[in-house]
Amino acid sequence: MDAFTTHTGIGVPLRRSNVDTDQIIPAVYLKRVSRDGFEDGLFAAWRSDGSFVLNHPRYAAGTVLVAGPDFGTGSSREHAVWALMNYGFRVVLSSRFADIFRGNSGKQGLLTAQVAQDDIELIWKYLEQDPGAEVTVDLTARTVTAGDIVAPFQVDDYTRWRLMEGLDDIGLTLRHEDLIGEHESGRAAYLPRTR
Amino acid sequence: MARTLAEKVWEAHVVRRAPGEPDVLYIDLHLLHEVTSPQAFDGLRLEGRTVRRTDLTLATEDHNVPTTPGPITDAVSLTQVETLRRNCAEFDVPLYSMGDLEQGIVHVVGPQLGLTQPGMTIVCGDSHTSTHGAFGALAFGIGTSEVEHVLATQTLPLKPFRTMAITIRGALPDGVTAKDVVLAVIARIGTGGGQGYVLEFRGEAIEALSMEARMTICNMSIEAGARAGMIAPDQVTFDYLRGRDRAPQGADWDAAVAAWMALRSDDDAVFDAEVDIDASTLTPFVTWGTNPGQGLPLAATVPDPALIVDETERADTERALTYMGLEPGTPLREIAVDTVFVGSCTNGRIEDLRAVADVLRGRSVAPSVRMLVVPGSARVRLQAEAEGLGKVFEAAGAEWRLPGCSMCLAMNPDKLAVGERSASTSNRNFEGRQGPGGRTHLVSPQVAAATAVRGTLSCPADLDKD
Repeated sequence: MDAFTTHTGIGVPLRRSNVDTDQIIPAVYLKRVSRDGFEDGLFAAWRSDGSFVLNHPRYAAGTVLVAGPDFGTGSSREHAVWALMNYGFRVVLSSRFADIFRGNSGKQGLLTAQVAQDDIELIWKYLEQDPGAEVTVDLTARTVTAGDIVAPFQVDDYTRWRLMEGLDDIGLTLRHEDLIGEHESGRAAYLPRTR
Repeated sequence: MARTLAEKVWEAHVVRRAPGEPDVLYIDLHLLHEVTSPQAFDGLRLEGRTVRRTDLTLATEDHNVPTTPGPITDAVSLTQVETLRRNCAEFDVPLYSMGDLEQGIVHVVGPQLGLTQPGMTIVCGDSHTSTHGAFGALAFGIGTSEVEHVLATQTLPLKPFRTMAITIRGALPDGVTAKDVVLAVIARIGTGGGQGYVLEFRGEAIEALSMEARMTICNMSIEAGARAGMIAPDQVTFDYLRGRDRAPQGADWDAAVAAWMALRSDDDAVFDAEVDIDASTLTPFVTWGTNPGQGLPLAATVPDPALIVDETERADTERALTYMGLEPGTPLREIAVDTVFVGSCTNGRIEDLRAVADVLRGRSVAPSVRMLVVPGSARVRLQAEAEGLGKVFEAAGAEWRLPGCSMCLAMNPDKLAVGERSASTSNRNFEGRQGPGGRTHLVSPQVAAATAVRGTLSCPADLDKD
């Protein structure tokens, strides 16, 4: 996983709330067995509409998605994160994220920055007035800068630390293998087994 | 200190706790299916890691399987299923394949085998893992990176959750089912209302429900955005588990029940949020929009966006009505459907099929409607046939299918066409969920069956008036 400290890229105003993971990537795209190539499924249904924001040439190379509240609801599919990252997004801004989506994002290095809805509205207006304008997301200072707008964002300390260090979760847990073994030796005898 | 049920289960599974870091929790059961596991096995292979506890891991094929006889014809579906088979063989993970007596939807298989037990931690790369919370287990969906983490370590680093008590007081009126309860709860708290919470469903109405009805409720906790849903185990739970294949036997059974009895929220436990619902106010409930929170009583009319003050909600409503092809003010009972789907991990169990058969017996599916009845597992199908239910479905003109996820999610041949409208016992009415351009109304099995007969959204009581 690449370390993340600060990122500057084109902001994409997605004026929709409740963007569920079926919209981010429809189930029909989930059949692959690899981790790449999912960008063609990103927002597939909406991209067939010529007026959809990503079809605007000035937004097409966007890397910072600015969305309405309740982003990433629904299915737990991590493909939603892969699709966003395969497309080129490094950051999603929203006033509220679904839990599973947010957890998945942190593990892959996609920053989900929680920004107040009032600030989202300001950033939307800024990006719509000047399509292709850049946004800077500073994980060290926890701020988003878009033109004159400087908005704070929330991300929990642990996710921030891992993103900034680019650390792999499994390696971190396996440092404590002795504790896992200890727990296993104390499990109740009646607990079921699959074989 | 007084604790909630969810906190008790959490505390019993903490492997490591350090300030400023997530707790590392032990996982008692890890379920797998073909869609969210391939990249996890790939990750293990890349790092030279193995599966730590193959005896606590179980895979089944469900999302891609066709529900008509014959092999998988879609090349990509076949690749996913074959990849799962190869991975399970390579990593020595038990697998129930298509055609196996134990095959079925992963959340139907776990409980029916007796693998799902009170007090356990259960995960699966599937958001509807919340189903297993009906037994008083802490069960939740995870992403593929987490699947890889559990395969390698049998643990997960997890951030603490908040707790919400949802109390359904009093008795449910006749004709009101678990599905109506959970749809009403989601409409009340919203699709983000449960975010960050584990919901504990309680109250007389919940205690009076069967295990399968409790599973329907916990299954849809995720549709309110919740991490998980739980119900404290009681005699209903123990009676369901006793004698099942993987349930404890003999002295183990007594030890288990003694431990399970303590699995309830302390009387003075404090929840972070509480919602109270009077059961007597509930009626058959259906969705009209494109998220599970957009639901209303069947007796209501399609909402009018012009009456909505909040700008975002008004825009959402307008958008949903356009997609659904509905006019404000239309009585929900006048909405005609093309397809009725009975099945899924929400409502594909034997009691659901019995409820549908009770409505269909001696009646016919309307000529304008196609109806699919899809059992949640091979064992559910066999049980339904032993009870003569399959014959009832076929006599009424419904298609009686083989087990799988089917039309819940358009990953297999069972799909809606563009503009086609369904009444569906599944869990999601998102745009395109049942097929691109398809329009979904979420309903209970009873409403599904009555709708199939009348051709418009209906409940069984409507049939008596005809």
